[in-house]
Amino acid sequence: MNTSYEWIKALVPGLDATEQEYMDAMTLSGSKVEGYKKLDQDLDKIVVGQIKKIEKHPDADKLIICQVDIGTGEDLQIVTGAPNVSEGDKVPVVLDGGKVAGDHDGNMTAGGVKIKKGKLRGVESFGMMCSIEELGSNRDMYPEAPEFGIYIFEDNAQVGADAIELLGLRDANFEYEITSNRVDCFSVLGIAREAAATFKKEFKPPVVTETGNSENVNDYIKVTVKDTDLCSRYTARVVKNIKLAPSPKWMQRRLAAHGIRPINNLVDITNYVMEEYGQPMHAYDLDTIAGKEIIVRRAAQGEKFVTLDGQERNLDESILMICDAKKPVGIAGIMGGENSMITDSVKTMLFEAACFDGTNIRLSSKKIGLRTDASSIFEKGLDPNNAMDAMNRACQLIEELGAGEVVGGAVDVYPVKKEGKTIPFEPEKYNRLLGTDIGREEMLEYLGRLELKYDEASNQILIPSWRQDLECDADIAEEVARFYGYDNIPTSLPNGEATTGKLSFKLRIEKVARDVAEFCGFSQGMCYSFESPKVFDKLLIPKDSNLRKTVTISNPLGEDFSIMRTLPLNGMLTSLSTNFNRRNKNVRLYELGNIYLPKQVPVTELPEERMQFTLGMYGEGDFFTLKGVVEEFLTKIGMTEKPVYNPKADRPYFHPGRQADIIYDKRVVGYLGEIHPVVAGNYSIKERVYLAVLDMPELYGKASFDRKYQGIAEFPAAASYISMVVPKEILAGDIEKVFDEKGGAYLESYQLFDIYEGNQIKLGYKSLAYSLVFRGKEKNLEEADITGAMNRILKALEQMGIELRK
Amino acid sequence: MKEKLQKIREEAIEKIQNSEDLSKLNDVRVAILGKKGELTAVLKSMKDVLPEERPAFGQLVNDTRADIEKKLEEAKAALEAKEMELRLKNEVIDVTLPAKKNKIGHRHPNTIALEEVENIFVGMGYEVVEGPEVELDYYNFEALNIPANHPAKDEQDTFYINKDILLRTQTSPVQVRQMEKGKLPIRMIAPGRVFRSDEVDATHSPSFHQIEGLVIDKHITFADLKGTLAEFAKQLFGEDTKVKFRPHHFPFTEPSAEVDVTCFKCGGKGCRFCKGEGWIEILGCGMVHPKVLRMSGIDPEEYSGFAFGVGLERIALLKYEIDDMRLLYENDDRFLKQF
Repeated sequence: MNTSYEWIKALVPGLDATEQEYMDAMTLSGSKVEGYKKLDQDLDKIVVGQIKKIEKHPDADKLIICQVDIGTGEDLQIVTGAPNVSEGDKVPVVLDGGKVAGDHDGNMTAGGVKIKKGKLRGVESFGMMCSIEELGSNRDMYPEAPEFGIYIFEDNAQVGADAIELLGLRDANFEYEITSNRVDCFSVLGIAREAAATFKKEFKPPVVTETGNSENVNDYIKVTVKDTDLCSRYTARVVKNIKLAPSPKWMQRRLAAHGIRPINNLVDITNYVMEEYGQPMHAYDLDTIAGKEIIVRRAAQGEKFVTLDGQERNLDESILMICDAKKPVGIAGIMGGENSMITDSVKTMLFEAACFDGTNIRLSSKKIGLRTDASSIFEKGLDPNNAMDAMNRACQLIEELGAGEVVGGAVDVYPVKKEGKTIPFEPEKYNRLLGTDIGREEMLEYLGRLELKYDEASNQILIPSWRQDLECDADIAEEVARFYGYDNIPTSLPNGEATTGKLSFKLRIEKVARDVAEFCGFSQGMCYSFESPKVFDKLLIPKDSNLRKTVTISNPLGEDFSIMRTLPLNGMLTSLSTNFNRRNKNVRLYELGNIYLPKQVPVTELPEERMQFTLGMYGEGDFFTLKGVVEEFLTKIGMTEKPVYNPKADRPYFHPGRQADIIYDKRVVGYLGEIHPVVAGNYSIKERVYLAVLDMPELYGKASFDRKYQGIAEFPAAASYISMVVPKEILAGDIEKVFDEKGGAYLESYQLFDIYEGNQIKLGYKSLAYSLVFRGKEKNLEEADITGAMNRILKALEQMGIELRK
Repeated sequence: MKEKLQKIREEAIEKIQNSEDLSKLNDVRVAILGKKGELTAVLKSMKDVLPEERPAFGQLVNDTRADIEKKLEEAKAALEAKEMELRLKNEVIDVTLPAKKNKIGHRHPNTIALEEVENIFVGMGYEVVEGPEVELDYYNFEALNIPANHPAKDEQDTFYINKDILLRTQTSPVQVRQMEKGKLPIRMIAPGRVFRSDEVDATHSPSFHQIEGLVIDKHITFADLKGTLAEFAKQLFGEDTKVKFRPHHFPFTEPSAEVDVTCFKCGGKGCRFCKGEGWIEILGCGMVHPKVLRMSGIDPEEYSGFAFGVGLERIALLKYEIDDMRLLYENDDRFLKQF
């Protein structure tokens, strides 16, 4: 919403705030001003001058020398190349040291262009006469301006007067952010009412007088509204003997200040009332209306209609139409028809001001693919009581401007009149909600400024129908607070029952995940939750995999963002790929984010959201580096048992021989591996990529932050060593399982200290060497304690086909 | 004999003084005081001394021995000090050589900002809770007093799965879910991911984060809301930060406000960063709408509350002066390393 400041001031005569003061105060009272532009910001020292004498320039064919009366008693000599001036013309003259906004061709210069006296081809020139473009505007807004050359004022312009003011440029255009609840503020009157309340000045809306001749409108037109659910009110009046002409300058200036191009008196009046009252109106050529009848009804399914822009539109039963006895003549609230539009030959006009259902207009406008100024206002949901006021205001302007003869009376189809509401006046409640101590009279004074009247007898506040947003105590409290000033409300802290601030267990675990990942050199990334269905092919996911059953967005930004991810790999690989392409070396990233698993497809209930802790890396480090991070994390969250690694999970996106599921308490809690070279290639990463995923919901039940001190060993440890030659297919995990199972209570720890495959070892075998540490908790171990355990271990190993090296 | 001892003593002192290092000094000690040392030999010859002379002789030997031992100790201490000095001198390093880096990873700027916000509110007794990202239309809109025909529900802004299920456009539905649990009073914040149908550019992302705050108790006032957020702004942006509450409209709060803070770059004087205004908008808030309370089963006559919503990216971009939102989702190592 934009308004001219001059227009607001005309409705609030006492308003004398500067633009900045106005902006600040309006914003603080709830009509947020986004900014303003002073129309004269780049104009200075420009007066009306009259050309007394024109002579040819002695040395230049295209220049003339003008003697210009600027009302100072002494004529000013100005040299110009403009082709359109004659002696006697009154023109805008920029004096020496003045400023214009731009050049002839409409190119603006920020801060304006300074004009100085000087010589043109040897002849002195003490100023400049200017065009409308140089004044910062254009012929769209000033249709009377010549196409080329100097702007020429009407004869009655006073010589020496401020030309900027005369052109209506001593004004500012304010831009507001109006919230959706304040439909009434999408109008100059609405904003002016707020301005008056804000500055505590009198609000003087236009006085609308009785209009119309002695004829009866009902003799001209009959209106029937069939779908009253979509059209709560339809008002119509008739204007005959239309005389199309330009509208007066004052109206043109106000429209121009709102960025609306003046056309002719009829169009300008419609636009003017639209701005002033916030009520869109439409004019039909009554001679095109068959049967002198208007019927408001829904369109037929598949009906076609040509709007006044010449486009054919496809309609359906949800779209409301304005029709005559034979045919549709307009799409209600959106655009009129070509068949009934006003042309230069119009004699009699039908004026319509109606109230249509906002939601229906919005949906229809979307369906048709046509959003107009009118539809964007109607879709906010208007006050039907405003329609007749706007209609009468328009007819008043028709008479004032001599644009035609208004026929007496008005058609008003308004089956259910919208009445203003009442809300009980409860000052204590408002104070209780706001934490203030505002007196009741003070409150009533604030409300009075907004035309919210108080009925003492019933203790009710009467809510005018344009304030549809006011419904309950909290709404009234806000009105009071706005004018009391949010700034003046004290500050305090809630002082009720004490509560304990805390993170949930889940969030604490996530925090540990972040800490561990970062200590291990991984930086946190964030990836989108939605991605392309093509991702599954990139990751070599089989066609029949459940992972391809996704939560699918019905209106995505495009296929690339159309499905909710069912696994976190693509985001990580995409990020690593970005880094690889940018030649970043040794990159380690982690992400904490959800995957979304539908319970069924198509989705009928909320999917399962599972937090995934994903680690990815390329460069320094290998599978075992990543495995170390995983174990570090599990230990930190109290999962101190040794995880089991299943190398046979066959995840397609991993290298078949370099992957494992992480199993804890017999449950798969995650997986890790080297990314399959084909997949890495799909992401254009030409290095080995390692990735680990922990399925966090699997950990919540197993993790714990409880810790118990185990004591520090008092007795000395004894180490034993086992060196063995092992068939290749036996895993280190299998051997360690033997240590765990057979090692007994005294086996404290073990560690692989050498692994070798090659020349010295026979084909198909590898050599492994472990150190085992034994320690007693309550006693010094004896030789027998250790040999007992060792014998059990060695025996079990031999049974597995492992050769022990002495 | 006496002369012999005297000679031993003098020679010993000379040898001690001439010892250049500890091992040579040790050789001297062994040569004199060792099992086969000179003085030991003298002591062994005690048996040849007349019994009446023995005490005096013994005394003399002991004195000599003590004397030599003392000299040995002194010499040892001096040599040790000298050796230490030499060692330290040899061990001088160039401390300006490059550090050996511990390759520690970095938190995402969003998370750093989030943790700051969380710490502030946890400190004020707020619980951190979460809600689903794929949400029911009911929680995202209807229960928040956004009726079926509200323009914000238009497909323009919201990603729909079907007519009842959508990607939440705000963290506000977590308010409703928490209120429905019926446990009062409530002091919570709910951070999380939200989605809006905006094309990616420097200031928009179809996926971003919000932090929702909700307090419900008896006698909660707008003044409490002002005080709480003023405290929050001070803790987050610095002690001198001022806040400004501007009336605004949100369907689920009444009265509602938008909150500006004094620009933390220029302190409110106006600069390029705050576009000359001196203020930066950071959040929306208000008193929970009585309709919302009622729909969640809370009696607005007995309880009141306030709610607020902060855009996490907005805080992160402002605080860390990041000029392009896309950087937050590219995960370029060179970007992340700066936090």
